[in-house]
Amino acid sequence: MQHYTMNLTLKVWRQKNASDNGHFETYPVKDISSEMSFLEMIDVLNEQLIKEGKEPIAFDHDCREGICGMCSMYINGRPHGPWQHNTTCQLHMRAYQDGDTIVVEPWRANAFPVIKDLMVDRSAFDRIIQAGGYISVNTGNAVDANATPIEKDKADDAFAAAACIGCGACVAACKNSSAMLFVGAKVSHLALLPQGSPERKNRALNMVAQMDKEGFGACTNTGACEAVCPKGISIENIARLNREYMMAGLSDDK
Amino acid sequence: MKWSELFTSSVGKKWIMGLTGIFLILFLIVHVGLNACIFAMDGGVMFNKAAHFMGSNAVPRILEIGLFAGIILHIVQGWLLELSNRSARKKGYAVPMGNKGSKWYSRSMGLLGTLLFLFLVMHIAHFWVPSRITGLDPVMIDGKEYHNLFGEMLQVFQGNLVVVILYVLGCFALAWHLLHGFQSAFRTLGLTNGRYIALVESVGILFSVLVPLVFALMPVSMYLGWIK
Repeated sequence: MQHYTMNLTLKVWRQKNASDNGHFETYPVKDISSEMSFLEMIDVLNEQLIKEGKEPIAFDHDCREGICGMCSMYINGRPHGPWQHNTTCQLHMRAYQDGDTIVVEPWRANAFPVIKDLMVDRSAFDRIIQAGGYISVNTGNAVDANATPIEKDKADDAFAAAACIGCGACVAACKNSSAMLFVGAKVSHLALLPQGSPERKNRALNMVAQMDKEGFGACTNTGACEAVCPKGISIENIARLNREYMMAGLSDDK
Repeated sequence: MKWSELFTSSVGKKWIMGLTGIFLILFLIVHVGLNACIFAMDGGVMFNKAAHFMGSNAVPRILEIGLFAGIILHIVQGWLLELSNRSARKKGYAVPMGNKGSKWYSRSMGLLGTLLFLFLVMHIAHFWVPSRITGLDPVMIDGKEYHNLFGEMLQVFQGNLVVVILYVLGCFALAWHLLHGFQSAFRTLGLTNGRYIALVESVGILFSVLVPLVFALMPVSMYLGWIK
């Protein structure tokens, strides 16, 4: 594709801190290369703001190669921007044309309160993982990888679920702010494997209980989460969580 | 885990929505099947006999209580879920996501359900109340007296364009509600198997189109005088 430069208008959500009301600020950005990533474009804008003596825009980012799950921008009405199976950091400016206006908002959900500007607090996800998104093993030498035979199909499904990077785009996209795709992926990737089996019941029950406690909504299977997931996590994982949860709840001894 | 905890968690509430939803889908099959007797073109003889069976036999009468319980549970639980889901995002987006990733009717189940509730109030007042409470005119079939529910239908629909339009709109709301609800109920109950999902999706589309269509044909054909 031919390289080109563009001038854009950015409307960005600015919010000093969690208690500030926040508002949109409009910024012109000039000479943006089509080869830049979206975050590099924000970097250019921030340089400009710093030179003007203004507060730069706070936003989350880390690896900038689409695998860490830190970047989290809601761009023109879609988490992570217009591309499929893509994170904000891997969105490139060739997605836009000269003269475009781009509206950038933070993830919106009560369970993800805004810390500053475009940064939200996603520690609710960490607490859900702490509630059961692990397996208990004695540490020591690593077990031989092939010691436990696993069917190829199951291994593939587990791996596909484990691809979740916990960015929270599913919550941001869901009309109910439901975290079911995230929790479904985390429960599935362990429930599908023999190593995850011993704790599968408590895992499903405790993770859902924590999810409800954090204030996420319930799932209505609209599929918006799956459509925006940068890792293409299937909505099938939500159905699996529904089954895991009810089977665990019905067979629980207490 | 306590029973109350299990069925008041977000997943438990959705299970109740799914189970009652499938129960109501089963009811629709019975309802549309029995009402289709009006298309026998026999002046309502077959239909009145079928209605008599439903009203006099113990099994349908007991199921009727379950039906009311199921409908009320589905409606109340649906509203409560809609409210709590809406309140999970106090501050919304300036640019809404709209149809990027989901169908409008899948996001409008609360609205469609509320329209169906309003339709049901009218529908129950039109037919259930006269059948069970205030009484219907008698009609003689083969020397035996029956309630003339067919006559009641003619009376409600013939010459009442507004009522016919409301019934057709109700059928549209039902079609869209089912288009999402049919397959969603099975997913909520944990169906993940690809083959079954494909089956449920295609049967769901067929059901969501066919059942409301047959229902809508009833007031329309009575209004247009196809059925007398």
